[in-house]
Amino acid sequence: MIGAADVAVDTELPERVFRVTRADLVRYAGASGDFNPIHWNERVATGVGLPGVIAHGMFTMALAGRAVTDWTGNPGALLEYQVRFGRPVVVPDDDSGAEVIVRGRVAALLEEDRVRVDLTVTAGGEKVLSLARAVVRLT
Amino acid sequence: MALDRTLVGRSYPPSAVYEVGRAKLAEFATAIGSDDPVHRDPEAARAAGYPDVIAPPTFAIAVTLEAAMVVLDDPDVGIDYSRVVHGEQRFTHHRPIRAGDRLVATTTIDAARSVAGNDLLTARVDLTTEDGEAVCTSLSMLVARGDS
Repeated sequence: MIGAADVAVDTELPERVFRVTRADLVRYAGASGDFNPIHWNERVATGVGLPGVIAHGMFTMALAGRAVTDWTGNPGALLEYQVRFGRPVVVPDDDSGAEVIVRGRVAALLEEDRVRVDLTVTAGGEKVLSLARAVVRLT
Repeated sequence: MALDRTLVGRSYPPSAVYEVGRAKLAEFATAIGSDDPVHRDPEAARAAGYPDVIAPPTFAIAVTLEAAMVVLDDPDVGIDYSRVVHGEQRFTHHRPIRAGDRLVATTTIDAARSVAGNDLLTARVDLTTEDGEAVCTSLSMLVARGDS
């Protein structure tokens, strides 16, 4: 586990690359209860003007959160977490899917062994989340 | 139609109790690719200082987003669900959600404004236990795209 003494402002989190396939979206739909067809049905997605089936924004948020909680080693220590959904992650109907890349850095040291982590989340070279930040407690 | 700003502060009756089950937490953890044992092994969770397995941080959405739908069902709000996308999300965790929790969701309209033909509505959902212990506060900004 990472402790407060191990980090400073600008400490970088390990870069994470998450591969997202259509099967992942179906699994997330079932687990989360969000069955909006734009996340699994090409016909509906293109019918509402999307380039294709897109990932749930909350799924992308969950993956970016893992970059933080896998780093701290304690999912229960994520105290605050926010994102703005900028661009959709388009997930092609093939075996390799889309690639979501998460980078993070410590942006501020706070009281009581807490730190703020700012995240940069991209897919296909474009930022998909903005204002993505988390406050975590390090022990 | 521009959103009525006097809606801000409107609160809705508490939801029915949502009972958090171990199997659901394990299913959600698997769906987001997390193999952390604190989500599925009660012994590992206890060793980490928790009374039972805990939820991944974004699991709260499975409870809060449905609760927030009460706002879209309000005829005074007048938003067409088919035009709504999720614009922003924020969680404040007072403590991790854990198996065995009996959660009640109370939804309040936190903000409402219209920008460039789009209606922006922020639903705050306060998750507490049945006994009133604060667990999580969720802010979901919903965007209803204008017709143009």
